[in-house]
Amino acid sequence: MAEFGHKHLLGIKGLKAADMEQIFETADEFLGVLNRPIKKVPSLRDVTVANVFFEPSTRTRLSFELAEKRLSADVVNFSASSSSVSKGETLTDTINNILAMKVDMVVLRHPHPGAAHFLSRNVHASIINAGDGTHEHPTQALLDAYSIRRSLGAVEGKKVLIVGDIRHSRVALSNILCLKALGAEVMLCGPATLIPPPVSQLGVLVEWDLDKALEWCDAANMLRVQHERMDMKYFPSAREYSRQFGLTRERLERRGRPLTIMHPGPINRGVEITTEVADHEQSIILEQVENGVAVRMAVLYLLAAQNKN
Amino acid sequence: MKDASSKMILSSDELSVIFHRICCQLIEEHEDFKSSALIGLQPRGVTFARRIQQILKESYGIKDLRYGELDTTFFRDDFRRREAPLNPNQTAIDFLVEDAKVIFLDDVLFTGRSVRAAMDAVLSFGRPARIELVALIDRRFHRDLPVQANIIGKRIDSINEERVVVEWKEQSGKDQVMLTQTPKTDG
Repeated sequence: MAEFGHKHLLGIKGLKAADMEQIFETADEFLGVLNRPIKKVPSLRDVTVANVFFEPSTRTRLSFELAEKRLSADVVNFSASSSSVSKGETLTDTINNILAMKVDMVVLRHPHPGAAHFLSRNVHASIINAGDGTHEHPTQALLDAYSIRRSLGAVEGKKVLIVGDIRHSRVALSNILCLKALGAEVMLCGPATLIPPPVSQLGVLVEWDLDKALEWCDAANMLRVQHERMDMKYFPSAREYSRQFGLTRERLERRGRPLTIMHPGPINRGVEITTEVADHEQSIILEQVENGVAVRMAVLYLLAAQNKN
Repeated sequence: MKDASSKMILSSDELSVIFHRICCQLIEEHEDFKSSALIGLQPRGVTFARRIQQILKESYGIKDLRYGELDTTFFRDDFRRREAPLNPNQTAIDFLVEDAKVIFLDDVLFTGRSVRAAMDAVLSFGRPARIELVALIDRRFHRDLPVQANIIGKRIDSINEERVVVEWKEQSGKDQVMLTQTPKTDG
């Protein structure tokens, strides 16, 4: 097997299409493992992973923890609310204290963009970025691309629409970089206040009319409206947002042909997507969650191989 | 694979006789294979296993033969001790292993580590009644673990620097087993 060649996973930027393909092929086998009666392999039995979360997270953390446990790694969890961070400890000190307990890999979620990069330069362990502020969320992008690959057979040449809050979404940036690297076409749609003009430099199309955008695409990723990151009003009301940019059954029927419906979660039902569309047979939202564990297992496995005994 | 430092151990005709003998030994033990399952070990045992499956079906009329392929990559004991990560191969077992008599088939039995990993890996699919091993070539005196095959195609004595190369007509146009001097180890 070709060497993976990366010690950390800090962002999609820096990964080549061949690296992503290697992650996907490894994830295919892990998906098989997850469907066996005994869903565990011993590959990482001599590896200890710390999940360090400075921001609330349920599904990413659960997904990483399950991936680590399915690979037989020892897992420690650390969250900012119960830590010494509130007592003034720096990020490097916090992580070095954890690493002094012989931890090999750190999965980091942090509110500041670039936190994972900073840490990778200052500590010895492998760092996996599980979201740094509004910057990147590489494993989410990889699992989205992997889900498109499984649903549509390939990513290359497919038309993917990303709808909603691009400005505050780390998922959007990582998704755009990932999908473009894999040869997909990407279109963004949402309120003008939530699509910052510089995105055009990433080589994506922008469409303000959701119906036209839906007509164009093979898959639609409906992003969550991130109320918690909004320091001002970006649109008049949730109701108006839903009318303009919410995915409804009527819009789906107007399109008239199958659409792969995605959402990175957690869903604001009735805002970016209606309940009946979220639970629609064309929705792969729960498959995304299942694929997430397999993709994270693949990332952990390939990075651990770089971190030799 | 023909150079001055390689010699043929088994020809196509000799291999054919061995395949039939292995099939007869399997039938003697498993009769109609109702409670047994053949499992080829990825990557190199699979072609051998497919050949045995084909002969059992076509020459000996065994019907409803359960057949699977098992990848042991995630169960190997040399992960994180190699330069490059181990590339997984496909596992295809679409039957219940629980209470079945599982027959592993591999081309070369060398250190026994692959077979140990396979025994671990197959347990993810249930608890077999028992596990047997068929090895086309047994490189005796090289075992790192106490693993022995139940049925053996041919036993050979070789030194560590030698390598056993099993060629298949599906891949190289000819069935044959060669012993070469390449300083590389096999499974």
